[in-house]
Amino acid sequence: MGLEDKLPSGILLSTVEGLAGYMRKSSVWPATFGLACCAIEMMAVGSAPKHDISRFGMERMSFTPRQADLLIVAGTISKKLAPVLQKVYEQMAEPKWVLSVGACASSGGIFDTYSVLQGIDRIIPVDVYVPGCPPRPEQIIDGVMNIHRLVKHEPMRRRYSEEYRHLLGNYEIEVTNADNDK
Amino acid sequence: MPTMTNNTLLDALQVQLGSKIITSEVIYDTLVIEISPSEAFDVVELLKNDATLSFNFLTLIGAVHYPEEKGRELCVVYHLHSWKNAIRLRIKCYLSQDNPSIKSLTPLFDGANWQERETFDFFGIQFEGHPNMTRILNMDEMDYHPMLKQYHLEDGTREDKDDRFFGR
Repeated sequence: MGLEDKLPSGILLSTVEGLAGYMRKSSVWPATFGLACCAIEMMAVGSAPKHDISRFGMERMSFTPRQADLLIVAGTISKKLAPVLQKVYEQMAEPKWVLSVGACASSGGIFDTYSVLQGIDRIIPVDVYVPGCPPRPEQIIDGVMNIHRLVKHEPMRRRYSEEYRHLLGNYEIEVTNADNDK
Repeated sequence: MPTMTNNTLLDALQVQLGSKIITSEVIYDTLVIEISPSEAFDVVELLKNDATLSFNFLTLIGAVHYPEEKGRELCVVYHLHSWKNAIRLRIKCYLSQDNPSIKSLTPLFDGANWQERETFDFFGIQFEGHPNMTRILNMDEMDYHPMLKQYHLEDGTREDKDDRFFGR
């Protein structure tokens, strides 16, 4: 690399976008939305020493959506709970990602019944789906790694784009950026 | 040692209730009696307050839907438990589907409150005198009572379930 050869050692060049993506993905704060057996697996990922999510800068499990980047939905969402989940998603600050853990959150799972929401993607946009009933912690970590990949490579303009507004509009959610019109 | 058996319980009930007992049978070691819905409250009150029978605990209120039995489609089931005599009793009351309503047991048992709301939620049975006859488990927007057998258990909003793929 021509330019870096001329700089003192220890200096690397990058784009602001690349640097922000790298830093964001190294400190994703998850908000947990655990409901059923998937939540037990999620807890094994989150706080047990064996799987230990703090290796990825994610040990700060946020129990408020307002200070979280990643919403981990783990478990069966009943239709009565659906508006609550949507409200939690709306309260998260941009940029925000959603990880759907387990068959129930992804598609309703075995609960094809009048009281269960047939997948959380009916009410909020989902970035990564983790299959399994419940998934093993390794699978959840794989899902988290895929989230990291998305976070790392996300263009900085995405959350201001018309496409993103359109995406959230499909779920009747407004984009919550303070400066919406950039 | 429990001193009361289903036979002695039935004898005692026949002395107390007489012809109010429409039918009686023993199912899975539990005595089951059928009572007219208009008399259910008085019967349960009597069983609770009677010094020897002393059915002091309401274990469960539920309902059953028998769509093929015209005029008595809905059945409210009360499970009573006498701690003193260590014996249980099941009381069935059949109601018509047209206007299913029965007197609430909330003045007798506070525990009847949520169970009657649940029975209303799933079967649409009105409990007269209940302080808050609203849905308890299902979402408030639901416009039917899902345990009635004319409604499908499956979620009606799924588009991906083509019967051809499931061999139906």
